[in-house]
Amino acid sequence: MIGYNTAIVLAGTTLLGANAGLIGCFALLRRRALLGDTLAHAALPGLCLAFWIVGERSLPAMLGGALASGLTGIASVAFLRRYTRIKDDAALGIVLGVSFGLGFALVRIIQTRVSGGSKAGLDHYIFGTAAGMIADDVKLIAAVSAACLASVLLLYKEFRLVTFDADFARVQGWPSTWLDFLLMGLVAATVIIALPAGGAVLTAALLILPASTARLWTERLGLMLLLAAVIGGTIGAVGTAASAIGGRWPTGPVIVLAGAAVFIASLLFATRRGAIARLLANAAARRKIDEQRLLRAMLEQSATVAPVAHDALLLALSDDGAKANRLIERASNAELIEPAGAGAWRLTTLGAQRARAVDRAWRLWQLLLREQPESSALFSDLDVESIDRLLPAEAVAELEAKLPTGANPTNDRRAAHGATS
Amino acid sequence: MNTLREVFVTGGAQALWTIVVAAVANASCAILGCYLVLRRMSLLGDALSHAVLPGIVVGFLISGSTTSAWIFAAAVGVGLLTSFLIQLLSDRAGVAEDASTGVVFTSLFALGVVMLVRVGEHSAADGGTGDVDLDTDCVLYGLLEFVSLDTISLAGYDVPRALVSLSAVLVLTVAFVTLFWKELKIVSFDPQLATALGLRGGVVHYLLMAMVALAIVAAFEAVGSVLVIAMLVLPAVTGHLLSDRLLGMIAWSLASSLVSAVLAYVGAVLYDTGMAPMLALIAGALFAVALVAAPRHGLVSRGLHRLALAVRIAGEDLIAMLYRGEEDTSEAQPSGTSAAGLSLAGSFAAAGRGPRAWLAVFALAWRRQLRLMPGSRIALTDAGRRAAKSLVRSHRLWEAYLGEHFHLPLDHLHEPAERIEHYIGPGLQEQLASELARPGTDPHGKEIPGG
Repeated sequence: MIGYNTAIVLAGTTLLGANAGLIGCFALLRRRALLGDTLAHAALPGLCLAFWIVGERSLPAMLGGALASGLTGIASVAFLRRYTRIKDDAALGIVLGVSFGLGFALVRIIQTRVSGGSKAGLDHYIFGTAAGMIADDVKLIAAVSAACLASVLLLYKEFRLVTFDADFARVQGWPSTWLDFLLMGLVAATVIIALPAGGAVLTAALLILPASTARLWTERLGLMLLLAAVIGGTIGAVGTAASAIGGRWPTGPVIVLAGAAVFIASLLFATRRGAIARLLANAAARRKIDEQRLLRAMLEQSATVAPVAHDALLLALSDDGAKANRLIERASNAELIEPAGAGAWRLTTLGAQRARAVDRAWRLWQLLLREQPESSALFSDLDVESIDRLLPAEAVAELEAKLPTGANPTNDRRAAHGATS
Repeated sequence: MNTLREVFVTGGAQALWTIVVAAVANASCAILGCYLVLRRMSLLGDALSHAVLPGIVVGFLISGSTTSAWIFAAAVGVGLLTSFLIQLLSDRAGVAEDASTGVVFTSLFALGVVMLVRVGEHSAADGGTGDVDLDTDCVLYGLLEFVSLDTISLAGYDVPRALVSLSAVLVLTVAFVTLFWKELKIVSFDPQLATALGLRGGVVHYLLMAMVALAIVAAFEAVGSVLVIAMLVLPAVTGHLLSDRLLGMIAWSLASSLVSAVLAYVGAVLYDTGMAPMLALIAGALFAVALVAAPRHGLVSRGLHRLALAVRIAGEDLIAMLYRGEEDTSEAQPSGTSAAGLSLAGSFAAAGRGPRAWLAVFALAWRRQLRLMPGSRIALTDAGRRAAKSLVRSHRLWEAYLGEHFHLPLDHLHEPAERIEHYIGPGLQEQLASELARPGTDPHGKEIPGG
């Protein structure tokens, strides 16, 4: 059903995508997402020079040239950052701009001077020509991908350490600089083999998109690597298939668009970092905080379980009426409070229990923040009961011992507010 | 120079117009680039230059021409969308800023390429009326060589059509920077202060992004979208190396962009490379010159400064050592025989060996702080002794201060004092002495020599 050529291209782009996804994770986590972009651009002059010197389209020579000039570009970025006042972003921009200028100048020179020069491979540098892939290209891609995979499998622990805490790795005696170089070399190799097929910008996309997508789904490195490789391979295959079926759609950009679609879908639906999951989590957190406020308000109005007048409760909640009423209704549905005669509410047994828990946590926070104002950074999610989660049990016990026994829970609320806000 | 004359004479009006168009396109980018570089957003410029591609295609589809205002409007729209999306992803979705930049611009660029290719095929299928063809090469690489061929008549002159839009953008850029000078400055140098002052940093940011998008679109016809990053960043960093003042930086940046426009034309004709790549290369060469030779931030000047400092410290360590040697001798022999000094080899070792030590000894001898004694030994002169005394005073005052205020154990005092003694002048000496109620000895019991 699919021709030989399509099968070759399909195999090549799938492998490319999977490998770029795998290696892209490390680039992304090392905050070097744009490294691939710079490498890809900086490779152009070397590609052209090699072509000029060798005089024909020899794959090893051109890839060697590309690798050499790409790494020179990266070294220049590192040099500018280390020894001058030029910042990261500008250093990347300088290398991008100059190497592309140099590359284009060389392309022009080669086109006019190399007689009958088949400029194939140079001209389509921006877009890449995935459709022009041949079996030898795929073999090379497979070899490099296998090398990358083997390195990652063998040095998984070391790479993880260097990626997340390079300083710690150094202190532990790992050759962290060399490991970093090795990682960068893997990124470079990945970029170089993807260049002829993907072109400069789209190669950068292959490194960034699957890794960013995987990052949205998981916090574990192993899973992220696997996910990114699968996503990369899938978009490579799907993009190639789509462009083959749809007629003359450019393969590289279609692959990137497939990757963008997966990214956007993940942005919405990812289980923890996705927009929808976040909205739900925010709503749940807000409901919990509201409930805590209501319980505290009940307890403030009456230390025992005596009824509290509806109006007094409304006043204590200091929300607008509709919202406060909604709050009260929700609490009553949850059987935290129950009606106590006309226009009054009373805590149920369950409610009283919860209210006392909230009040204890509240007073612990108050004490903690009064004693150590610098720990206010802990108090980030406004959920007072989080104290048991955020502090070690001994610290809570220590605080608890300091709580004035039998203190009136309606103690100065304003002071507490001052301390927490 | 014969060839140079040929370049301009045979070029004639075409040469002039090409240079003018390049200079005007370059100037807007150079001014705006300064703010991008200062705000560490250079890569946003790169991202925008790629991401406006779909906007350009949409504008072309709406208007059917490559020169209409629709293209500008659509591209500015996409430019703003790009910076908004990058911000949104990094602020709200927890995607790191570089990753969100990469995700957004590569995706939009891919979208633009797909649209460009499809549109190209459609117009080819329609019979490709040539004139309304959106040429891929033109968008990506620019055709600065040919802008002077496409002219319109303006007040009796044949003016390149691209120059009209480019000049308009330059005027807008200058007006924008002048009007928002203060705001841009605060937002660039101290974003927190800008927020605290109630300045709408966001508004200024998006205005700047809109201007950058405008400049990019205006320039795409001339230099192509992929080399715009060179025009935005290179003159700006050159200016950044040459000046510490915003106005100076912009002025240098403009100067560099104008010079590269002229030189790029010459280079492009001589080497037949095309104008746009040559612009990037010349701007890069100018940057390299500034990088090496800038008076304050250049590599040469920084290297010299470091060397001078190293030599001074090595020399000071040496005379301080000689002084301590004299102290020990006079303690051991109260009769006060003249100081024995130090062998020449020993003094090099004391100054840290290597060329630095040679320079240090030479500089001290040149200033008559050292003298050569019989048996190739060296000793302090009176001037040298005075300098060394002050240095040792600084050292021991600092030790006393550390001991008094930081409660460090005795064996932890020497090292920090050894490092800081070179930076304590008479003013600080006086302050330390009065703070410590003029101590006679340091914590080790050594006498603090009088100031």
